[in-house]
Amino acid sequence: MPTNAYVPHAQGYVDNEGPKVVSSRFIHDDSHTLERALATDAYEGMKIALGMAPHEVAALVKDAVLLGRGGAGFPAGIKWGFMPPVWPRYLVVNGDESEPGTYKDRLLMENDPHQLIAGCVITCYALGLNQCFLYVRGEMALAQERIAVALNEAYEAGLVGKNINGTDVSIDVVLHWGAGAYIVGEETALIESLEGNRGMPRLKPPFFPAAKGLYMKPTIVNNVETLANLGWLLQNGPESYKTYGSETSPGTRMLAISGHVNRPGVYEVEQGKVTFRDLFYGDNYCQGIRDGNELKAFIPGGGSAPWFFPDQLDLPLEARPVGAAGSMLGSGAIVVMDDTTDAVKATLRLVRFYARESCGKCTPCREGTAWEEKVLQRILDGHGRPQDIDLLLEIGNNISPGPYPVASFDSQSLEAIPFPPKQTTICPLGPSSVAPITSAIRRFRHEFEEKIEAAVAARNAGDQDD
Amino acid sequence: MSRLTAQNQEVAAEIISRYPRAKSALIPLLHLAQEQDGYVADDAMEHLAELVGVTPAEVLGTCSFYEMFVRHPVGKYKIDICTNISCQLVGGEELLHHAEETLGIRAGGTTDDGLFTIEDVECIAACTEGPCLQVNYRYEYRLSNSDFDNMIEGLRDGSRDDVPPHGTLGLTRQHIPQDHLAGIGSPETTPMPAWFESRQPEPEAEGA
Amino acid sequence: MTDTAPTEATTGVPFTLNGKDLEAKDGELLIEAAERNGVHIPRFCYHPRMESVGMCRMCLVEVDTGRGPGLQPSCMLTVTPNMLVNTESESTKAAQDGVLELTLINHPLDCPVCDKGGECPLQDNAFAFGPGESRFVEEKRHYEKPIPISDLVFLDRERCILCDRCTRFADDVAGDPLIHFIDRGNQTQVNTFPGLPFSSYFSGNTVQICPVGALTSKPYRFTARPWDLAENESTSTVDSTGARIVLQSSQDKLVRILGVDSDAVNWSWLSDKERFAYEATNAESRLHDPMMDTSGALESVRWNAALGAAVNALALAPSKIGVIGGARMSVESQYAWAKMLKGLAGIDNIDAQLGDGIDAEAIMSLPRATIDEAAQPGGVIVLVGIDPKEDLPTLYLRLRHAVVKDGASLIEMTPRATGLSEFASARIHTQPGSLGVIAQSLGTGMVGTSVAGVSARQLTDASKLLKSKRPVTVIVGRGNLAERDGYTVAALKSLRSGFPEAKFLSALRRGNIHGALEMGLTPGLLPGGQPLDTEIDGWITTPAERGLDTEGILRSAVKGEISTLLLLGSDPLTDYPDRNLVREAFDAVTNVVSVDAFLTESSQRANVVLPTTLAGESAGTFLNLENRLSPIRSKVTGPGQTRDDWMIAADIAAVAGGDLGFSTVSEIREEISALIPTFADIDWSEVDAAGDGPLIASSPLVGSDLRTSGADYSVPVPSGDYGLRLVVDRKMWDLGTMVNESASQSQLHTEAYAGLASADATRLGVFDGDKVAVTAGDHQASLAVKVIAGLPAGSVHIPFRLPGFDPGEAISASFPVNEVAVEVESS
Repeated sequence: MPTNAYVPHAQGYVDNEGPKVVSSRFIHDDSHTLERALATDAYEGMKIALGMAPHEVAALVKDAVLLGRGGAGFPAGIKWGFMPPVWPRYLVVNGDESEPGTYKDRLLMENDPHQLIAGCVITCYALGLNQCFLYVRGEMALAQERIAVALNEAYEAGLVGKNINGTDVSIDVVLHWGAGAYIVGEETALIESLEGNRGMPRLKPPFFPAAKGLYMKPTIVNNVETLANLGWLLQNGPESYKTYGSETSPGTRMLAISGHVNRPGVYEVEQGKVTFRDLFYGDNYCQGIRDGNELKAFIPGGGSAPWFFPDQLDLPLEARPVGAAGSMLGSGAIVVMDDTTDAVKATLRLVRFYARESCGKCTPCREGTAWEEKVLQRILDGHGRPQDIDLLLEIGNNISPGPYPVASFDSQSLEAIPFPPKQTTICPLGPSSVAPITSAIRRFRHEFEEKIEAAVAARNAGDQDD
Repeated sequence: MSRLTAQNQEVAAEIISRYPRAKSALIPLLHLAQEQDGYVADDAMEHLAELVGVTPAEVLGTCSFYEMFVRHPVGKYKIDICTNISCQLVGGEELLHHAEETLGIRAGGTTDDGLFTIEDVECIAACTEGPCLQVNYRYEYRLSNSDFDNMIEGLRDGSRDDVPPHGTLGLTRQHIPQDHLAGIGSPETTPMPAWFESRQPEPEAEGA
Repeated sequence: MTDTAPTEATTGVPFTLNGKDLEAKDGELLIEAAERNGVHIPRFCYHPRMESVGMCRMCLVEVDTGRGPGLQPSCMLTVTPNMLVNTESESTKAAQDGVLELTLINHPLDCPVCDKGGECPLQDNAFAFGPGESRFVEEKRHYEKPIPISDLVFLDRERCILCDRCTRFADDVAGDPLIHFIDRGNQTQVNTFPGLPFSSYFSGNTVQICPVGALTSKPYRFTARPWDLAENESTSTVDSTGARIVLQSSQDKLVRILGVDSDAVNWSWLSDKERFAYEATNAESRLHDPMMDTSGALESVRWNAALGAAVNALALAPSKIGVIGGARMSVESQYAWAKMLKGLAGIDNIDAQLGDGIDAEAIMSLPRATIDEAAQPGGVIVLVGIDPKEDLPTLYLRLRHAVVKDGASLIEMTPRATGLSEFASARIHTQPGSLGVIAQSLGTGMVGTSVAGVSARQLTDASKLLKSKRPVTVIVGRGNLAERDGYTVAALKSLRSGFPEAKFLSALRRGNIHGALEMGLTPGLLPGGQPLDTEIDGWITTPAERGLDTEGILRSAVKGEISTLLLLGSDPLTDYPDRNLVREAFDAVTNVVSVDAFLTESSQRANVVLPTTLAGESAGTFLNLENRLSPIRSKVTGPGQTRDDWMIAADIAAVAGGDLGFSTVSEIREEISALIPTFADIDWSEVDAAGDGPLIASSPLVGSDLRTSGADYSVPVPSGDYGLRLVVDRKMWDLGTMVNESASQSQLHTEAYAGLASADATRLGVFDGDKVAVTAGDHQASLAVKVIAGLPAGSVHIPFRLPGFDPGEAISASFPVNEVAVEVESS
């Protein structure tokens, strides 16, 4: 029986009511060990896969509509099908989780590394490749250590490496680790980084990883959580898998809900079955806004997502309606802001993140994000000018031209502009900086104006003193 | 300081051997250099350039892109305090200010005794557990000011021996015994694996 | 653009550009297709000779491929059928305005003091597409103002817009990734590793391709404003590649050379030696006046006196005169001298090569390849002898592109590893004296066993490539001045008979050497490769018998059989490999007449010095190593009383009572076309026009059998047990006159060193930088050791003309190979 409480050894994770596909072992304090993994059949799905033909495994994953959990939500089975018949080909596992508000992959890597390793082997097997790189974010020392130990044990036990489980199948899983760069979470930047380069994204096309990826060879980049699903999926089959979640978004997702809620935490949640309201207020989830405050805004899919407001509370947790409503579910990170939140300050903090994390490749992002940060900082520091608000929007328009996705706002009769934004850049990092600016200025313009008016008044007063 | 020690050169050789191209090992090797010296020295970069067959400028290009690599000595304990949105909402900036006041340095600075460096960092993936920080990449969650003070005290008096010196990440390294290695092939010549070829579906009979 | 596949007739790709239906070439980038159709899309990072990176975002245009219009970088987008492109739409304009505004926010407004001002793409784009004023009121990025990143290049990081052109060039084109992006995001900068400068032979190209004034060259900085510059398209005479250039002058002084994007030759790239060669032209030390030695020292005299003295010195039987040099001159001047010397005076002791080349008839008989053919995608390149990176650096860039990007395969048969070794499929490193037998084994296919220390494996790999159906080009030059050219000739013979389909590219390196050979400045031939007994209209006579090459001339001089040496822009005392022989010859002769632009060691020994103009001061034609003609243009006036080379020939003829029959360059050209069959079809207006320049026709020599007399297959036995065989070749920067007279290049050469095979270094117990004693006869020097990749054991590599040791002291032209003793210095 779930305890509906935090699990101490997996800090932040809540063992709540509901099906568990990827976090089923988290309740055990030794969930990361091979012993526990074997006792709980972590490699059973892999063994089943090895008994099938590779193309049957791929077909099964396609049939299950396993959506990528990294942010874009593209079906893994279809992505796999994009690989041309060229060898060698590579699998790169994206464990470079760094989107603000997101940390489900870290928990999966720290607390159930064997489930992930089994997922890697299943994928390699299905795609006919014999080398996989597991790229773990640099700052995640414990995840690296747990995966290293797990891989060493798994190699020793013949569960990975040469002649896996006594078959003729041989697949290496190599632990790789990063060194601090948000942009490396973008798949082409991840590949650059894995080649030992600066993590600067490549333009797609022509550099679609499935065709021209690592070393310009076909490469699949899958998110940690995506692959963590595979063992369960092989063991229980796509039909069982599809009984969870909604028709278009089957299965569960690991969601991190942070900010001003009473019980922030990471929850495994069925896709499409709950609403944001359920999540924020439900007893099974976050149990209400802190201190009984009002909800001001929330970010539904990590720092890069346009903000939602109380108007959007009843949307289901499913990619399509959220996209149509002007934002995205992204990487499974929801940040909740109550009515004490300073919208300008929150905007600045998010924009500063993109300015600091811009790789510097594309002019609009390199220059634009830093400019946005400077203007916002100036407003917050009491040096704002009335034209700065429109200037911010126009800089944003240089990075992300045209109407930027935004949520609807009934009381102002504003209609939603659906996701995604357009961009003058190679990757979405720069455009992401525009999300908080557009969201906050459209909904909370008065907060910007108040700060600027105060600044203008202070300057005028100062002038009179002279 | 310094080129890799003989012992670390062996570690480096093993790391390099796991990649189809040596340059791919560069980031792990830079971590190794940082683990050895606490930071990445110029000499170390020149040494790594030799090991992976690139120019020192290319190593510097990679090294300087990633914020974990520091190219000058920092404190024995590098304290990375998250102020990104989730932590900001629950007091991350206030924790940073407390840290700055307590240690008498600004973010980016190092205490005179060389023990502590504070950094104002981006999201470190513990968003529901804010305010949070990492000290040498070991997490501390939901810190009050006094929790912070206690942590500093413990680091000072040596009771926090769970925190290794700056530069050390995972305490166990991956090691693939030769007889368990599937084999690292060249990106130019590695063919379709035989096991995959033998499991290809039968081509459909003509006219079927 | 970046591949060199011969453009085949392909079906066009229909697309629509701003409402007009057009056709793109197959695989053509949108930015190029638009340009070809008269629509210029603004850009910073795109460069047609480098792979696109799509990072400046300036070339975004609205494109619809059927899924609705969107912004796409036109530099990375291949035109696809029925693509709709709008470069004038509101969204395109908005994107361009926006990108430009962001490009400018951190760019300093120091255009008035910027070298690039007036020719700056950023300035131009800002004018054409930008907003009137900046909305950026924050503080701009600051960096220390120009920092030297090499001896030739300064970097101003505040001006840099991070387009990746210089860094891409350094890495992708030159293969010297010594500058790199450092740091990240808004703090990204281009820089070197601390203490390791951007020491590339090609660094000046980064200055040329920088779209702003971030990179400036030391020689050009602050010397001129672009709008004051006058310019002329010309050809570099620095080496035989014949790179196409633009000469720029200000106030009758050369101030800059830029590379021209010639499809066939240099793709806009230049070596720094070519780029900064004009400094020598401007040098203070240039000869201004004719000089004569009347009283034990050279003194300025009037032309009449000098010409008279020259004529007196030449008023001898033809066999008593030896003429050395001529490769520096234009084709027209070479013809004028050939006509004067061979057609008027009947002299045949003439050699434009200085014992550092290859038998002229052997070279001229080769079935010739163009650079494009040598560098064709999927071809096989055989390097015989030379290291193109040192000898012909711009050709090296073409070859590097072919092997790195275009799938060409490389076989090297060289005395040591070359600048291309890392890409070579077979590395045959020949001990001095073994080139002939090794090529013989390849030519005959007997590659099962090792030959002269080269493993069967390398030979087999090479043989497989040579026998594949792929087109083979042999690039041949003299790889070792301490080894007789007979080994190279033997190698050519074996390769020609073994691989009859193979074509050849001559890598004789001296400037216009191919023009000189074609004009008959070589013994035994008249212009156009014609035999001595050919009758040429208007030539009074022709030499009665075959004359001597430079070695023969010098030996005859020593024996007293030649009493006058005529030097045509040559400096044998420092440039001829056998130092003793050339010294003895100079000591023995009565007269030395020198036609030169500088007082070299040799011209200082002359009785008469006739001062000439240099390329840039005189007009003419260049014949490059492909036998391609291109113009040498005059841009500035020669100093003092200097005269063009051809005029001096005509003046000497006139003073001697003869008449060459022409008084302008165009008259010479007409005569060449009329009299020399290989030039019969040349349309001189095509030579002068922008474009690749025509190839001359093949002479009857081409394809003929090699003379075998010079070929040498034997492997001489080392004479001493401590001796190492000398490998002597040239570095790009040495003490050569043109480099030495160029202020910014004169310090770029290294000291002489003793290059050892790692086996020999181990045997001697020495490491890089240790000193060894090198002994050749009674000549000894202490040299630093350098372990040389690919050098076979038993060889020692000492470059020619570097300070510290003159390997010429150790070379005897009479030995097939030469040796020195290398010993550990007793401390």
